[in-house]
Amino acid sequence: MKRRDLQVILLIAAGIGAFPWLAGRNEYFLSLLVFMGINGMITMGLSLLMGYAGQISLGHAAFYGLGAYSSAILTTRTSLPAPAAALAGMVLSGLVAYLVGRPTLRLKGHYMAVATLGFGEIMFILFNEVSSLTGGPSGLSGIPPLVLGGFPVEGAAYLYLVWGGVLLLFLFSLNVIDSRVGRALRAVHGSELAAGAMGVDAARCKVEVFVLSAVYASLAGSLYAHFISFISPSSFSLMFSILLLMMVVVGGTETLWGALLGSAVLTLLPEYLRGLEDFEVLAYGAILMAVLLFLPRGIMDGIRRAWARLAGKT
Amino acid sequence: MEEGILQVRGLQKIFGGLKAIDGLDFAVKEGQIKSVIGPNGAGKTTLFNLLTGVFPPTRGTFEFRGALLNGRKPHEIAHLGISRTFQNLELFANMTVLENVMVGAHNHTAAGLFSAGLRLPAMRREEKKIREKAWEELRFMGLEEKASWGAASLPLGEQKLLEIARALATHPRFLLLDEPAAGLNIRETETLSRTILAIRGRGITVLLVEHDMSLVMGISDEVLVLNYGRKIAEGVPREIQRNPAVIAAYLGEENGNA
Repeated sequence: MKRRDLQVILLIAAGIGAFPWLAGRNEYFLSLLVFMGINGMITMGLSLLMGYAGQISLGHAAFYGLGAYSSAILTTRTSLPAPAAALAGMVLSGLVAYLVGRPTLRLKGHYMAVATLGFGEIMFILFNEVSSLTGGPSGLSGIPPLVLGGFPVEGAAYLYLVWGGVLLLFLFSLNVIDSRVGRALRAVHGSELAAGAMGVDAARCKVEVFVLSAVYASLAGSLYAHFISFISPSSFSLMFSILLLMMVVVGGTETLWGALLGSAVLTLLPEYLRGLEDFEVLAYGAILMAVLLFLPRGIMDGIRRAWARLAGKT
Repeated sequence: MEEGILQVRGLQKIFGGLKAIDGLDFAVKEGQIKSVIGPNGAGKTTLFNLLTGVFPPTRGTFEFRGALLNGRKPHEIAHLGISRTFQNLELFANMTVLENVMVGAHNHTAAGLFSAGLRLPAMRREEKKIREKAWEELRFMGLEEKASWGAASLPLGEQKLLEIARALATHPRFLLLDEPAAGLNIRETETLSRTILAIRGRGITVLLVEHDMSLVMGISDEVLVLNYGRKIAEGVPREIQRNPAVIAAYLGEENGNA
């Protein structure tokens, strides 16, 4: 890990840690920060998939949903503790991702985007229609709070839990990038021909990263379910998959920081635009367009270049 | 024909209406340096791409140490111990010199995502081994001082050497070199010929495609001459230099260019 990374991590940790003293018991800001973290978990996985495996997924809302429904169903219908339920969801999501990714990632080109689009729609229909399990369109309520070591995790503690998770996934991802799998993926990006000749199985590496990103999304889904205690299919639609992609693109796919920044910006933006009432969606669209027109490689890249220019001048 | 480490029988590759390789039989014996020469378009690079699984042959078989290579993917062929360099450099331009070679050492590692993400001890040991292997090959090729350079920022001659280092890091038994001397000056070519002999000295069989005749004739045990995808001659360098069919093929090309 680079020194700059560590500094930013410490800064964020300090900000999150000081939150209860800064905002008191403000539930609104607390939930915004929690959602930022949850979205950040998903987009970090997507960023690995897009930036390193060069693949686009339009179905990550479905893995998010799989995690949320696994946690909700298992903790309301069985006596399984919440962490075990979340783990079950992660295993299930990983398995499903393998089954979806294995045949599609052997093909070159954007088959993955199409396959995940279809997969996301199928899951959305299942969330709606298998009402005996999912509660159908009206959803599942009464999801118990997450209990760790005998204590329910709520309020600021939940914030710490989510951002602790973000930190762990961040470090995990950095390690993956700096390992044989990460090197193999970068090699495929550099020259697929030479990567093959060096013994790199490109398809397998891509499947591994896809599975990993699905597991991240599933964990985020479980944390979401326990946080708001009520879930319904509308949270796991294609629109959310697209929003997740937007977060990664707006932030920038070149580093994991881009994914985190993108999730923060696109989680906050609608809240700040709310005052515009009828013009909210218009302003939102205009801002996204402006970012993509003027910072096509993402906000993170813009910040990096501005920083370099500042440092160059002084 | 004597059995070799590589055995090619009746190999044919047709692209559209063009017979790039047309009924080729040959063998490479273990520990040999064998060169493939021929005018441009004779099918030399196509032969390499067939042997390394880039595309399948139209007809014919090729076996490596008794294992049929037909239908195997490039990464599977690499795992059997065949490695190669590329005529038009295919370095990983987005990575450092050392990382390029580390990808070559990929072959002999197994760490999955899980142990990589958690930096488990087994994975750390493996990383260390890969790194050492990569340094070893960089030193062998005389590139250790450039280890942290971006691969694309090396001068052309050293990019060619880096391709060889990367291929060697895969622990090959059989190395295919595609025009390693193209673009090198005389001194670099002399160093290259010593390097190729040293590679053979490590017990690696070498198949060389090259236009530089002094290099080919200086180090090859055997030479295979292709023209229009067919074998027109095969033998020790002395015989090849005197072979009328070979001379005609090369002179014919000269006339065609004039």
